[in-house]
Amino acid sequence: MSSNAHDLNSIRAAARADTEVNFGFWIYLMSDVIIFSMLFLVYVDLSQRYAGGPTAADVFELRGVFLETMALLLSSLTFGMAMVNLHQGQKERVVIWLGVTFVLGAFFLGHELSEFAHLIHEGASFTRSGFLSAFFGLVGTHGAHVFFGLVWIVVMVVQIKLRGLTPPVASRLARLSLFWHFLDLVWICVFSTVYLPGVLQGVAA
Amino acid sequence: MFGKLTLDAFTHSSLIIVFANVIMVGTGLLVIGLLTYFRKWGYLYREWFTTVDHKKIGVMYIFIALIFLLRGFIDAAMVRAQQATAGPGMEGYLEAHHFAELFTGHGTMMIFFMAMPFIVGLMNIAIPLQIGARDVSYPLLNAISLWLTAAAGALVMISLLIGQFSEAGWSGYTPFSGLDHSPSVGVDYWIWALQISGISTTLTGVNFLVTILKKRAPGMSFMRMPMFTWTSLCTTILIVLSFPALTVALALLALDRSAGTHFFTGTMGGDQMMYINMFWVWGHPEVYILVLPVFGVFSEVVTTYCNKRLFGYKSMVWATMAIAFLSFTVWVHHFFTMGQDPLRNAAFGIATMVIAIPTGVKIYDWIWTMFRGRIEFKLPMLWTLGFIITFTMGGMSGVLLAIPGADYKMHNSLFLVAHFHNVLIPGTMFGLLAGFYYWFPKAFGFKLDEKWGRHSFFGWLVGFYVAFVPLYMLGMMGMPRRMASYENPVWHFWLVIAAIGALIVAYGIFAMFMQIYVSYRDREKNRDLSGDPWGGRTLEWSIASPPPEYNFAIIPEVHDRDAFMYMKVHNTAYQRPERYEDIHMPKSTPIAIVIAGLAFVFGFAYVWHIWWLAGLCLLGVIGAVIARSFNPEPEYVIPAEEVERTENAFHDKVAQDGALERMKHIESFGDERSAYAATPEPSTTGTQSEKPL
Repeated sequence: MSSNAHDLNSIRAAARADTEVNFGFWIYLMSDVIIFSMLFLVYVDLSQRYAGGPTAADVFELRGVFLETMALLLSSLTFGMAMVNLHQGQKERVVIWLGVTFVLGAFFLGHELSEFAHLIHEGASFTRSGFLSAFFGLVGTHGAHVFFGLVWIVVMVVQIKLRGLTPPVASRLARLSLFWHFLDLVWICVFSTVYLPGVLQGVAA
Repeated sequence: MFGKLTLDAFTHSSLIIVFANVIMVGTGLLVIGLLTYFRKWGYLYREWFTTVDHKKIGVMYIFIALIFLLRGFIDAAMVRAQQATAGPGMEGYLEAHHFAELFTGHGTMMIFFMAMPFIVGLMNIAIPLQIGARDVSYPLLNAISLWLTAAAGALVMISLLIGQFSEAGWSGYTPFSGLDHSPSVGVDYWIWALQISGISTTLTGVNFLVTILKKRAPGMSFMRMPMFTWTSLCTTILIVLSFPALTVALALLALDRSAGTHFFTGTMGGDQMMYINMFWVWGHPEVYILVLPVFGVFSEVVTTYCNKRLFGYKSMVWATMAIAFLSFTVWVHHFFTMGQDPLRNAAFGIATMVIAIPTGVKIYDWIWTMFRGRIEFKLPMLWTLGFIITFTMGGMSGVLLAIPGADYKMHNSLFLVAHFHNVLIPGTMFGLLAGFYYWFPKAFGFKLDEKWGRHSFFGWLVGFYVAFVPLYMLGMMGMPRRMASYENPVWHFWLVIAAIGALIVAYGIFAMFMQIYVSYRDREKNRDLSGDPWGGRTLEWSIASPPPEYNFAIIPEVHDRDAFMYMKVHNTAYQRPERYEDIHMPKSTPIAIVIAGLAFVFGFAYVWHIWWLAGLCLLGVIGAVIARSFNPEPEYVIPAEEVERTENAFHDKVAQDGALERMKHIESFGDERSAYAATPEPSTTGTQSEKPL
């Protein structure tokens, strides 16, 4: 990639956070923050309203959630590796690290879906109580975001394969990176607002 | 296959609805027929449906707004007519559920499909021109926003024909809007119309926030932005921060109604008041989303027609910011009667009253701008004066309602209805019509008729007082809002007066459409050759009317708050550059109408629980976005020669109009000329706050 000195500069420029289009994505993320904060509020409001159904301590199982969390946190790191390689213009390595990120994200999502399926099977579905509606609403919205993140990763891998690391592709990767790290951040809040207090309640009782 | 949709949905018990449908479908078929007969479809598709030009998008937004102004007004007039004829011993002419659909439809349409599109339309037309930009930051996103609004409006329209609209009021309070109490599809139509238009507004908010922050011409620091741009900036911030709350509230309500969840239900652990909190966490900022840009319009109008710099520009900016901030701190005043403790009510009551202070600052700034100005009593000035007086009164009744104790008495009464119409009609409608007149020549190249405009103004002003002062009195007499019939004979007289007021407003609306027609007929006589029909002060008046698609052949340099006035005083306006350059502009694309079309079908399918269709549409939207991401941003180039030809034609017209002569004789009022002369050159601009971002 010796002839690409100029390209590398334009790739780096396109990935900067303050370019017009990336800045707009920041603003969009701020509106997404409001979406999540509303769902957090709803959860906190409804988190004790069991309506005679299962309680938080009954339905949460920390071991699986811990694995899930580790997978997602690790995926942020692997996405970071993809971005480092993007800045060096290493096309193949970007694809590999995106692939690793995809696998970790898919593991997270798969685990979450199996947790949901298990809960519904046990009779702890979202129609059971206000608490469970709020739980499925908040965690499900995060999961839907992860799903769209996965779709986006696939699209970006295809674009890298077809186009190479052009400035528009680099610019999109920068936004996907923001999106992915944002989801990680939200998950940390989910973990500490939903799962930890829920399990602690069980311990206290 | 078709979910809940059966032939029953097409039958209507009320003859009035059947009649309305005949008119709606008939008008639709007539328009389609005429367009086909005159072979206009190709033109419409190429020039309008697929365009990403912010000026055309703005015009289409206002077109949508005018259609819904008519529909929303018809609903209001029917509500007034019902209450005037449904007193003791009288039947009225509407069934109660139809009456409920009417007041729900009126509020929904006036807020979401009249005021919002009108405001966004004015922003689209004016802001890129005011800041010296060639387009908004994301032209395609802008087109998507427009067509999503149109799709949402179409959902409201089709609810008249298939099924019914919501009866739960424009705010759709739970538990009444829940499935137990409102099992029909009306609330679902309401949810998806609001959801789609809300997403459209959020996208617009992101778009214009970035546009204003990133696309200003060199030299235009924050403290040199025109007031309309400033107030719109604050509005876009409010949009980005508040509309997602509505999105979540509506989404959860939709889940309650279709998936059996218990977010807002009265049973199984749902929290009804949560919905009402979430609705007003959006709803109160929304009030300022509607009113702040219009404050900006008034500021532009007052400076232009008083031929004077805006008095207290900085205080105006800070007042706008203060209002934007405070708008998030008052939402509980919409339900003081919820049952929270008095301390909390007192805090929100005080926060509400505090808003009157920055608003008062603005009122005084406008008055002081007029003071010793050379006032030209053009139509927008009339709207402004009507606004200042009427709005101040409405604000006073708001301060009254902000006292929790008093609110217990007025809550849900017609006093409240009178109050919010008393702020929204002058604060939004009057300003929108002032802005409409003010920027119309910029968008179309000819001025609006003054005479019919004055008829419209007096129709609105007099009609407003006749219609709403009685409502204040009825509220004090204890009449609740939204009553399909009543037994108190004392109320009847005042409701008849209010209905007469609605008739006078009807004349105002008729006169407005006459104004548009007459102006179009006499357009050759009212041409705006110079692009500066009012002696304007900001950049949009420095270019041709209507502007070429690229707006500015050369991006201007800004030396002053009133950038164009500075150029005129310094004889640097209308200068031709040594050479022109090629200009790159984004290409038209049908993708926006495809996405919006899918969104419309998605909404319709969700309303009727046609899940396969809803799923397909959702996939279609995602697919369209992905497909688009594979196309490199399509652009076309306007060659320098063509730019030169267009600009030369404009300069010829400017000379023909005598604008260059006029420029030499800009009269000095107050210390006008010296004020501009004293403005330091940009290189020596001193303070930190004056520097470009």
